[in-house]
Amino acid sequence: MDIVTPVLAFTGLLIGLSTLLIVAERFLVGYGVCKIDINAGERDIEVEGGQTLLAALNENSVFIPSACGGKGSCGYCKVTVLSGGGPILPTETPLLTRQEIRRGVRLACQVKVREDLRIQIPEEYLNVQLFTAAVDSTRYLTHDIKEIRLALRDPPEISHRPGQYVQVQAPSPEGPVFRAYSISSPVYQPNVVELVVRLVPGGIGSTYLHNLHVGDTVTFTGPFGEFVLSEDPDVEVICVGGGCGVAPMRNIIYTLYQRWPERSCWLFFGCRGTSDVFYLREFQQLARKHPNFHVVYALSEELTPAEEWGGETGFIHLSVDKHLKPGVRRQAFLCGPPPMIEAVTQVLLEKGMRPAEIFYDKF
Amino acid sequence: MSDTPALLILVAAIFTNNILLSNFLGMCSFLAVSRQLDAAVGLGMAVVFVMTCTTPLNYVIYYDVLLPWGIEYLALIVFIAVIAAFVQFVEMFVERFSPKLYYALGIFLPLITVNCAILGAALFMLVRKYNFAQSVGFGFGAGVGWALAIILIAGLRQKMGYSNVPRPFEGVAIAMIITGVMAMAFMGFAGMVSIQ
Repeated sequence: MDIVTPVLAFTGLLIGLSTLLIVAERFLVGYGVCKIDINAGERDIEVEGGQTLLAALNENSVFIPSACGGKGSCGYCKVTVLSGGGPILPTETPLLTRQEIRRGVRLACQVKVREDLRIQIPEEYLNVQLFTAAVDSTRYLTHDIKEIRLALRDPPEISHRPGQYVQVQAPSPEGPVFRAYSISSPVYQPNVVELVVRLVPGGIGSTYLHNLHVGDTVTFTGPFGEFVLSEDPDVEVICVGGGCGVAPMRNIIYTLYQRWPERSCWLFFGCRGTSDVFYLREFQQLARKHPNFHVVYALSEELTPAEEWGGETGFIHLSVDKHLKPGVRRQAFLCGPPPMIEAVTQVLLEKGMRPAEIFYDKF
Repeated sequence: MSDTPALLILVAAIFTNNILLSNFLGMCSFLAVSRQLDAAVGLGMAVVFVMTCTTPLNYVIYYDVLLPWGIEYLALIVFIAVIAAFVQFVEMFVERFSPKLYYALGIFLPLITVNCAILGAALFMLVRKYNFAQSVGFGFGAGVGWALAIILIAGLRQKMGYSNVPRPFEGVAIAMIITGVMAMAFMGFAGMVSIQ
């Protein structure tokens, strides 16, 4: 029985069909060049169609925050698509609220560029740049918190507001991931970025940063963050931090006293024990120079007999309650674990502050 | 070779020999996608299009390639390959030139690859010995018939959301019963034309 003919015929047919599909794909799946209009004409870019919106924007140096690297799991890369994005996908709906869906908010990593798009992104994303930097120095502040000083290479300077953060690119087995860290160096040192990083066991970003050596290259995007320091020198600034949440405070405080040496500012910092205290001496020195700067460190755990502590004890919101007088015009910046933020927010509201004057970073 | 006019075959394929209600082909997607009327319309349109194209396409491949080479016994597997490739091609084509239709058809287009009604139409075309024009008519008619059936049942199932179905019959069970009733109703057309 002849077996060669049918085998050849069938194989030939399949190869023919596959070729047809491959040729068709070559000609059909290329979408040509698509235009993306960002913020009503503020920036127009032309990209190759067929890729995701996030990749297309990244390629053109418009950096949208994304922690998961385009897998549709973090929900950071939200942009408003005004026209041309197609209908919302089932992969996006769990990460968007109903209101957002009505407004046309989409996840940039899930939207495919198939046609011309009109999108709206927060103004400041347009100022975000990709930086490469070299590790200038690292030092342990406590047993698990490290200060990492990065000297910028390209571009050589960063322009940011106090309280903003950068997204450090960390390698992982599944491709690079981004992790957010606040800038702790003041804005008047534009050629360095200092980060305060607590080592999280098993954490991708913190393990990577803790293992860096002097001279290593680090890539990050930034700056991100909506906090705007009040320009009115009569507004008192309240900073409340816990753990390594002091990083953005340090930036805010140094920036503030460089511009307004007489301005009133309170720093409340909650630690567990004396081994968690850092930057205290630095802040006390600053307080001697600026009499309106008040530093309060409080320990929440009982002291062991060997420890010496001249400061306050108890949870930090109790110290906030004790020191602040009600009815003063204030702006507050909170950074720390969620229970701390909630407790402090409660106290500040009782002191007469409005929710719009309280900013926070939960982690 | 049957000498029924192609137009008559078209009408017969819709009513008297409805591929779903008289041959019970394509039941799986029929039951799965008939919960919502607009989804049913989408899938129905996709089936009409794919069936109209693949039936004549398979006719050409069978009579111009398989038969001359004496390998007509490969017809079944070749038809499946052709249908799968065609659906892929159509998906790309629609995505490129009509994003609107692409979104409307959505997931249904790839689903059709495994719809046995498509293969069934190609095989009927073969055993009933249609010529090319009749194949076109039959492919289109069978597609329209399938679409008609799924749209009808989707409408019924949507309406049934308001009725009090006994618990053991909820869901697919009642859908199967309705399908049976509909099939019996379509048997009323049976005496009109015969294309067996």
